[in-house]
Amino acid sequence: MSNATLVSTVVNGDAVQFACPTDESLMTALRDRVGLTGVKEGCGTGDCGACSVTLDDQLVCSCLVLGVEAEGRNVGTVEGLAQDGQLHPLQEKFIEHAALQCGICTPGFLVAAKALLERNPNPDETEIRYALAGNLCRCTGYDKIVRAVQAAAKDMRKAKRR
Amino acid sequence: MTHDNSYVEKDYKVVGSRVKRPDGVDKVTGKARYGADVSAPGGLVGRVLRSPHPHAQILKINTAKAEKLPGVKAIITSADLPDLTDGDQGMAHILENCMARGRALYDGHAVAAVAAVDEQTAAKALKLIDVKYKKLPHVTDVDEAMQPDAPVLHENMFTRGVEPAPTKPSNISARTQMGYGDVDAGFAEADVIVERSYKTEQTHQGYIEPHACLASVNPDGTAELWVTTQGHFTFRNVCSKLLGLEIAKLKVTSSEIGGGFGGKTHVWAEPVALALSRKANRPVKLVMSRDEVFRASGPTSSTSIDIKMGARKDGTITAAVAEMRYQGGAFPGTWAMLGCMTAFACYSIKNNRSIGWDVVVNRPKVAAYRAPSAPMAAFAVESTIDVIAKEIGMSAIDVRLKNVAREGTQAPYGPTYGPIGIENTLEAVKSHPHMRAKLKKNQGRGVACGFWFNIGGQTCVDLNIGIDGTVNLNVGTVDVGGARSSMAMIAAEELGIAYDDVKANIGDTASLGHNDTTEGSRGTFSSGMATIFAARDAIGVLKQRAATMWGIPLDDVEWQGGEAIATGDMHSNLPALTLKEIAAKSGRTGGPIAGHNEVVADGAGMGFASHICDVEVDPETGRSQIVRYTVVQDAGKAIHPDYVEGQFQGAAAQGIGWALNEEYIYGDDGRLQNAGFLDYRIPVCSDMPFIDTKILEVPNPNHPYGIRGVGETSIVPPLGAVGNAIADATGVRMTHAPMSPPRVLSALDARDAG
Repeated sequence: MSNATLVSTVVNGDAVQFACPTDESLMTALRDRVGLTGVKEGCGTGDCGACSVTLDDQLVCSCLVLGVEAEGRNVGTVEGLAQDGQLHPLQEKFIEHAALQCGICTPGFLVAAKALLERNPNPDETEIRYALAGNLCRCTGYDKIVRAVQAAAKDMRKAKRR
Repeated sequence: MTHDNSYVEKDYKVVGSRVKRPDGVDKVTGKARYGADVSAPGGLVGRVLRSPHPHAQILKINTAKAEKLPGVKAIITSADLPDLTDGDQGMAHILENCMARGRALYDGHAVAAVAAVDEQTAAKALKLIDVKYKKLPHVTDVDEAMQPDAPVLHENMFTRGVEPAPTKPSNISARTQMGYGDVDAGFAEADVIVERSYKTEQTHQGYIEPHACLASVNPDGTAELWVTTQGHFTFRNVCSKLLGLEIAKLKVTSSEIGGGFGGKTHVWAEPVALALSRKANRPVKLVMSRDEVFRASGPTSSTSIDIKMGARKDGTITAAVAEMRYQGGAFPGTWAMLGCMTAFACYSIKNNRSIGWDVVVNRPKVAAYRAPSAPMAAFAVESTIDVIAKEIGMSAIDVRLKNVAREGTQAPYGPTYGPIGIENTLEAVKSHPHMRAKLKKNQGRGVACGFWFNIGGQTCVDLNIGIDGTVNLNVGTVDVGGARSSMAMIAAEELGIAYDDVKANIGDTASLGHNDTTEGSRGTFSSGMATIFAARDAIGVLKQRAATMWGIPLDDVEWQGGEAIATGDMHSNLPALTLKEIAAKSGRTGGPIAGHNEVVADGAGMGFASHICDVEVDPETGRSQIVRYTVVQDAGKAIHPDYVEGQFQGAAAQGIGWALNEEYIYGDDGRLQNAGFLDYRIPVCSDMPFIDTKILEVPNPNHPYGIRGVGETSIVPPLGAVGNAIADATGVRMTHAPMSPPRVLSALDARDAG
């Protein structure tokens, strides 16, 4: 490995170190060096959203970010969504509403939908559709995905009021 | 043991409910392992060098420099994949498609491949391989490829199905004709005759997961392949043949599959990865980039179609003729034949004839794409029917109902239909609230129908009962979209136990007998049938064990609701034995309890659908937005309604993308100009409305539960439905798909220019 740089970062709350070439994407570093293969590669050009992660709470395509840019920052992937053995409401609702068929786009959708609901806990259908327009799904026609996000948002608002 | 596959009406306890899928948690937590998600000790990275030319002779490949690069462990060309195909031309074409042999036939055709210690080294090595090409004239358009002066791709290809047989080679691989009646007499009876010509552009299946595999070949001839595929048994057979391996020694495991839609029924990278591994003596992981997926895998045919239909004023279609030209990419296929078989299949037309031309061009070899060849033919036919309806002043639905195919109708391709659901779907469309929804300015509504055969085929299932009474179900068809749920539901239904007590798995090629590829909407039909039979086998064993436990004759034992019941006056006082109780004692009553079934699942039921589409056309830009969409399809029996609806919705969305946006764009240089998701734009979330679905259940008489395939049919109607809706909105008949903004805008301009 030529020109490898040591990167110290935090992934899903855990301190992580990896060495990667300076031209390697964060997606590849997360998949091949950190072992988080829930980060999916669909295109490598930022068009499909399957590799969506959060970087300091900002939603990014990890294929468009360099691994070295994770230095000193907080990375969130689909593997960090479930907490203490409890699925995130979005994960629950995706299963309940059959919002996945093949499931390859699901990690990206979940990360993107979580980012949306943190920003806007009560999005209408159009807001959901535009917020998720950067994530491609070829199986579902998006119908059940939008319904699952609506249902999760409702549950999360209810849980907050309690 | 033979089983009866006849449909028997029954009340279901599990089938038809909406249970949670067994692979759901793995897929929402990122744990599910797809094609590119595994690695092997000592594993190398494989990369493929591809031709930048659409048609070229390969004069020389010099790999010397690349071989010297530190970290490069193997480089292969076609010389490392010797031709072992024994005169099997289909197999020879697969081999040549995997790795060019002396000539490159399309932009993206594989020329050489490298295995290296990491991605960077492999990429560097590709640049060091020196290929000398001699460019040849190329052709990428189907109509141009049929011209007598077109550059010929295969000097040994003479059109089949033409009398007398041609003496000159051409790009036309075959002519197909089918139909019945006297079309000339039929046209003479007609009050109106409509003739139209249509074009559809090439589209890609667009699965989000690129092709990926991990291959490992040992010097002793044993090998393993982990791969994203719709048919790991077929991949095993093909790769064994091409690599000279013994079938039993190549174990193929299907990974979780990130979409296929027909595109993962064909091998591309797998023989290359195996050859690299064999040469390097180390495991090799080969993952295609999205650019490679577009340039070298999939896609479906582009077409050029002429339709002539005649009808009486009462709506009766008296004659119909289709002449259809399908390009199959660089190698021959039977795509036009499928177009001929499906074009008029929704209707009973006394005089019909379909002629198909299969044509090769300098584009990637065409692969199946969900109901392959049917959507293009349906676009042409369904559009033409609307033109007829308008000319005779009848509603487009009533014209379709007037001519609808029914039980007893002879299909254009020969057989006579049994019970089918096309009329039911049309009646359901006619009475659907969608048809009464108000249309606004610039909006229009269209309806169209679609047909797909569905298939059965070789299938093998194992069902093993654990000592705690839970059940492992091992099926060999790939789970592309929730099939493990459906199979577990069927097993639970038959055995009379809870859904949660059954765990369905997809078996690898070493653990099950051959299963045909998961294509043709066969998964639930055929593995469902084999699961029912395997469960019935297991029930036979369970009854035997209960008889042993009780010490009574087998004839006095029945299976009801998950329990063995002792019958007859002698034993009716015996308490029932549950499956769990029998399983717990299995070690002392004869050992493990299992059921197996190997079957060629015959009698697949035809699938029919009718769709309603509302579209709004922006007169400024020509952009069409789908504002309302309804799918009505006959499922035979919906095992898990959520995933049946999901198939309807997903298929409709793919059809809508094809209708409005998706197309391969080739430059004059014969290179694909839009090999990425930015420029090849599939529908995104904000392009779509909710897609309403209505599942009809006209049981398939040849399946114990009445199951028909559901996966493909609903990609067939959308092109016609969208075209008909645009015509309703604008008065303009679009005859070229996709009906993208520039095409619609120029049609609107032409309309306004009068």
